[in-house]
Amino acid sequence: MIEILQEYWRAFLWTDGYGLSGLAMTLWLLTASIGIGFVASLPLSVARLSRNRLIRWPVQFYTYIFRGTPLYLQLLICYTGIYSIEAVRAQPLLDEFFRDALNCTVLAFALNTCAYTTEIFAGAIRNIPHGEIEAAKAYGLTGWRMYIYVIMPSALRRALPYYSNEVILMLHSTTLAFTATVPDILKVARDANTATFLTFQSFGIAAILYLILSFTLIGLFRLAERRWLAFLGPAR
Amino acid sequence: MYKLTVEGLYKRYGDIEVLKGVSLKARTGDVISLIGASGSGKSTFLRCLNFLEMPDAGVMTLDGNPIRLEQHGHGLRIADQAQLQRLRTRLAMVFQNFNLWSHMTVLENITLAPRRVLGLGKQEAEERARAYLDKVGLPLRAADQYPSFLSGGQQQRVAIARALAMEPDVMLFDEPTSALDPELVGEVLKVIQALAEEGRTMLMVTHEMGFARQVSSQVIFLHQGRVEEVGAPAEVLTTPRSERLRQFLSGNLK
Repeated sequence: MIEILQEYWRAFLWTDGYGLSGLAMTLWLLTASIGIGFVASLPLSVARLSRNRLIRWPVQFYTYIFRGTPLYLQLLICYTGIYSIEAVRAQPLLDEFFRDALNCTVLAFALNTCAYTTEIFAGAIRNIPHGEIEAAKAYGLTGWRMYIYVIMPSALRRALPYYSNEVILMLHSTTLAFTATVPDILKVARDANTATFLTFQSFGIAAILYLILSFTLIGLFRLAERRWLAFLGPAR
Repeated sequence: MYKLTVEGLYKRYGDIEVLKGVSLKARTGDVISLIGASGSGKSTFLRCLNFLEMPDAGVMTLDGNPIRLEQHGHGLRIADQAQLQRLRTRLAMVFQNFNLWSHMTVLENITLAPRRVLGLGKQEAEERARAYLDKVGLPLRAADQYPSFLSGGQQQRVAIARALAMEPDVMLFDEPTSALDPELVGEVLKVIQALAEEGRTMLMVTHEMGFARQVSSQVIFLHQGRVEEVGAPAEVLTTPRSERLRQFLSGNLK
């Protein structure tokens, strides 16, 4: 145990000597994919509920595909599938992007979490009491004003408990990154295991790191809920 | 010169004709009560006035200016969205179920439309909000609470303050006390009465006959989408001419 820690603590926490690794890499994967997914899902969730089928259907199709296939498969397609296409390699910009394992991984993770987040937000928008939307209209808050000031602030707050689940699940999903050679916590644990054969200890350290991360996230979300869901009332 | 006129308003949902040519004329300072059995179309009529429901036919003017509508399929649609926007800032609605924005504090509820629609500064809007909160009899400490922490009567008074903060030309009340517990009705009616006495122009759908009689300058009785009787409250409510109104009133004696 001590020898693993002596040898690998740096790699487990932030660097393997070449670049980011371990905890820092896992956090980077999580924040990048969650960040991209969050920003992209805001307009997508509105589009998902559009009355215009030409806007609604593509989004529905996208979330259907990405929620209906395993993340591992999506990662494989992003990482190896797309790069095997001749046309992609011929395009310098695409070639540059897809040659990098981390880019492919973040892309796959972001697309996946964005699909789930879109559905979560769309559900929350649908759950806003109809009367509140009517009141917004009656007071002249229409179009984008209604979305910015009434619908989205309310929907994002109501979505918080479901969204926090998605973030925790995404944290656990980042463990797939090692299959694309990204040196996250799990990859370091595997390296440690291969080098020392101390299997229990290697993966045990990884598990503890994930636990700490999870509980920190849960705590942060609990604070956020206490603050932003207070409006639901004293009965909660 | 009339503040608000409506001529021949029609509205149908599928095969059911809810409004069959309802008209109304309101002068500044008029308090008009719309009464009638449920299903008579009185709420629909009120909701057509700020186009939460789109009428199928009819003409409406505010301060003598007609609201521009154009033919769209079998019904109408707004010809000028900017005009609709202006109209809605001048007719403020108080709903049966309050419809306060639940994720905002009382103060935010009252300042949102004045700031984002009328373009008031934050400070001005908040001063205005506090003044109207005081007017509807809520303590200033209620300003930072969320609506769900307030009683129904308090919520409805916040909703009235929200309407007042728009400083509208006409206030529309859609059964403002129907969702309240009986013991909370009085506090809301008192606020509305004070507003009526100030000379505000108000249209009110209500089931409170005694109240309608006390504050209205005009009572309109709707029956099956038509104006069955209209006149001063003393006349209409004490000596109803039609059998239907007589029946309606005997079922609503309070």
